[in-house]
Amino acid sequence: MIDFKQWEGFEGDIWKEEVNTRDFIQNNYKPYDGDAEFLAGPTEATDKLWGILQGLQKEERAKGGVLDMDTHIVSTITSHEPGYISEETKALEKVVGLQTDKPLKRAFMPFGGIKMAEQACATYGYTPDPLLHKIFTDYSRTHNQGVFDAYTPEMKLVRHNKIVTGLPDTYGRGRIVGDYRRVALYGIDFLIEEKKKDLANCGDGTMTDDVIRLREEISLQIKALNDMKIMAKSYGYDISSPASDAKEAVQWLYFGYLAAIKTQNGAAMSVGRVSTFLDIYIQRDLDRGIITESDAQELIDHLVMKFRMVKFARIPSYNQLFSGDPVWATLEVAGTGVDGRSMVTKNDFRFLHTLENMGPSPEPNLTVLYTSKLPKPFKDYAAKVSINTSSVQYENDDVMKPVWGDDYSICCCVSATQTGKEMQFFGARANLAKCLLYSINGGVDLKTREQVGPAYRPITSEYLDYDEVIVAYDRMMDWLAGLYVNTLNLIQYMHDKYYYEAAEMALIDTDVRRTFATGIAGFSHVVDSLSAIKYAKVKTVRDDTGIVVDYITEGDFPRYGNDDDRADEIARWLLKTFLDKVKKHHTYRDSEPTTSILTITSNVVYGKATGSMPDGRKAGAPLSPGANPSYGAEQSGLLASLNSVAKLPYHWALDGISNTQTINPDAIGHNEEERVTNLVQVMDGYFDQGAHHLNVNVFGRDKLIDAMEHPEKEEYANFTIRVSGYAVKFIDLTKEQQLDVISRTCHASL
Amino acid sequence: MAEINNEVWGYVHSLESFGSVDGPGVRFVVFLQGCAMRCQFCHNPETWEGRGKQWTAKDLYNKVKNYRKYWGKTGGITVSGGEPLLQMGFVTEFFKYAKQQGIHTAIDTAGQPFSENPQWLERFENLMQLTDLVLLDLKDMDETAHKKLTGVSNKNILKMARWLSDHGKPMWIRHVLVPGLTDREDDLNSMHEFISSLKTVERVEVLPYHTLGLFKWDNLGIDYPLKGIPSPTEEQVERANKLLHTDKYSK
Repeated sequence: MIDFKQWEGFEGDIWKEEVNTRDFIQNNYKPYDGDAEFLAGPTEATDKLWGILQGLQKEERAKGGVLDMDTHIVSTITSHEPGYISEETKALEKVVGLQTDKPLKRAFMPFGGIKMAEQACATYGYTPDPLLHKIFTDYSRTHNQGVFDAYTPEMKLVRHNKIVTGLPDTYGRGRIVGDYRRVALYGIDFLIEEKKKDLANCGDGTMTDDVIRLREEISLQIKALNDMKIMAKSYGYDISSPASDAKEAVQWLYFGYLAAIKTQNGAAMSVGRVSTFLDIYIQRDLDRGIITESDAQELIDHLVMKFRMVKFARIPSYNQLFSGDPVWATLEVAGTGVDGRSMVTKNDFRFLHTLENMGPSPEPNLTVLYTSKLPKPFKDYAAKVSINTSSVQYENDDVMKPVWGDDYSICCCVSATQTGKEMQFFGARANLAKCLLYSINGGVDLKTREQVGPAYRPITSEYLDYDEVIVAYDRMMDWLAGLYVNTLNLIQYMHDKYYYEAAEMALIDTDVRRTFATGIAGFSHVVDSLSAIKYAKVKTVRDDTGIVVDYITEGDFPRYGNDDDRADEIARWLLKTFLDKVKKHHTYRDSEPTTSILTITSNVVYGKATGSMPDGRKAGAPLSPGANPSYGAEQSGLLASLNSVAKLPYHWALDGISNTQTINPDAIGHNEEERVTNLVQVMDGYFDQGAHHLNVNVFGRDKLIDAMEHPEKEEYANFTIRVSGYAVKFIDLTKEQQLDVISRTCHASL
Repeated sequence: MAEINNEVWGYVHSLESFGSVDGPGVRFVVFLQGCAMRCQFCHNPETWEGRGKQWTAKDLYNKVKNYRKYWGKTGGITVSGGEPLLQMGFVTEFFKYAKQQGIHTAIDTAGQPFSENPQWLERFENLMQLTDLVLLDLKDMDETAHKKLTGVSNKNILKMARWLSDHGKPMWIRHVLVPGLTDREDDLNSMHEFISSLKTVERVEVLPYHTLGLFKWDNLGIDYPLKGIPSPTEEQVERANKLLHTDKYSK
């Protein structure tokens, strides 16, 4: 058993014999069940740095969304000279390291696809070095090139018709969380030694495809680890050994994360579950009397400031999908251990407190792993921060812990993954609303009039018959699920080949488990449409070619979102049916197929490509986001809506079921104390039923409208709202998306 | 517990699963149909007339019990309106179910149907035995002004407050503040005086008049009598709170 002097005072021994961060945490963290009184305000350095950064953010917005771009250097772990928030204040930065040599300057990242990297530059008026074009087209290949070379005509057709949509074939798939804590706990040299052992033990000498591929991957990981040391050195740190104190632990951990965001521009680049881990180091320093609470808070503030700076160069079509420039630097607090102890530490308060010290912010995507059993003072504090900043999301530890254990991270917006043990193949969404229309129209797309799906017999009756529609829909979903899974298989293969996440995978066990994440879009509209067909009379409106272009629904029908079992049972049926169809198919690298009901802001774009539905939604109108009930469907208020969503079993959608709710402050209580108590009560009631996720916004519709009309007002500069699975600055949304957010139900019964 | 009579139908306007300002904690609010008052500032005029949707007490109870998990130790059910005291039989049956399960019950009433007719009073007493809290609206202390504002006298409303006080029934007094109409200093003073003479008042609330219900008058094709009257300013609300000494009532 090795024993570093940096580990003095730490308990336990399994984690000293193998890379096992969880064992270290469980042996050393101190649960805290007190209140928020101990928290410290921002230091002078924090105020100063945050002030500079806010100035830069303002400048960035004034320049159309991008402050600066790299046009010459291909981003790697070691590609850039050290960068600081500003040269004059660099001594104030307790945590250092930027993606490039300048703050908010976006790196050139061509491995996902050279065309996209170039287009991103062109969009913001930059011209990349022509040599880069030549290198990445004539001499080297990219993920995007590989995917499109291998796509079948049918795959291109469904992609073009947007029934399968948001695919990670033009950008990094993301969603892989390195266990960045390992850098702090073990230092790089130890991690390299362990990976070298893995390489030696990889295969029995028989060179199958799997073994060859893995051997190459481990070598790439070892190179990435070595590069991390070189990068850290350029900032004046030697991270070959474990971190010796809290400041180093924060810095080492951040260098691990920095290596990931210098090499990957994934749609989600999560930080992971770092809060309780870092508390162990901070608590040791506090006990030793070498730091104060103010120092501790400053460290966390500065770390969070770095997460607020993560940026990638994106193309316009990407921005339409994921509006407001999110990176999903998702970071978790709280949760409970397998042994039942609360994992809330003082540090979980400190991370939430950054929203008070530096104001609301969309990043990092702060996530509370919630259970009604968390200490009351912490629940109250989280609710208070939520009410004041609308920047926090909640996910149910009670349903995730049995599946993922007590050291899982949220790897994108809401999906869980075991830290350091698992990786996920992100797979975007299948538009099941469009699929329903295909089943009625025999696979013909309403918009393009192309025969996209199989030319099954269309439904020709004037009034839709439920049983007939279900048979047709089931068959069309069979086709869609198969094609969708296979499209993803191809994409994931090429991503591994051309855009392998060496830095993240270096911080994950070599013997990694993989999940294969599919997703559903248009959920509520399918449920309500099927309910309309079943419980009301739905008349088809056909054009002169016989294609159904619209529906007239006569009579009333139950809608999802009212705690009405008639509709909610259809919702369950839909989820289970789709999951079962996905599971039938082979999934790449023995991954475990999962599905999700979460659509981010892409619900607006997906809606544009979707025709009128029997539930009354008109062609082109936004789909409702995630698992949210449809706009206007909720007739009995917030809790009825929550109850409908809570009926969807999490284990049928292990990739997540997102739900976003906006509550008017006046409707949640008369004063802060009542609002906090009531919000906690709502979350206890919701999550105790086994619901998975809740985004909580607390503001009135008037504020949104004013912010849309007067984005220049100082008070709206950092006005943050939660949308499906992440947070954005409201003024960074497109007008279309702002209107969509405004039109959604704002629970405001008075 | 008395036998529950499911033959009594309730006429329900709508259900709100998340009420947090109509009684303590998180509450399920049932809005009943029908009211005899015609308050000029009413924000639910659509509940005045008509029959609404018919419910049996049992069906309604089965509906609301799905929300117990949200109520914790403080929340529960509030029956509002319309005017719940116009459907006492139904509310009584409904509350029997609730009280069998120990659920906190509240009634949000303007007190207008209150009567000292012994038969009426007996039914009211039965209901009160199943009611934990009464949210009672006091619109105006001056009878003439009250008549003008609501179309009815306030005499029996004040009598009801007295009855509740005498019978030890906890209540919250609520006053809708309409600038220039229900914010006269002398009236608020005498309202305070009246409230202090009651023994069971746990909370006094000033509800700022708002215009969110205005469109409903338009929808119903009724002329809105308070056209142009704004919501009270924060200062005006503060002043009313002071005059009514709301801070003296802490619950």
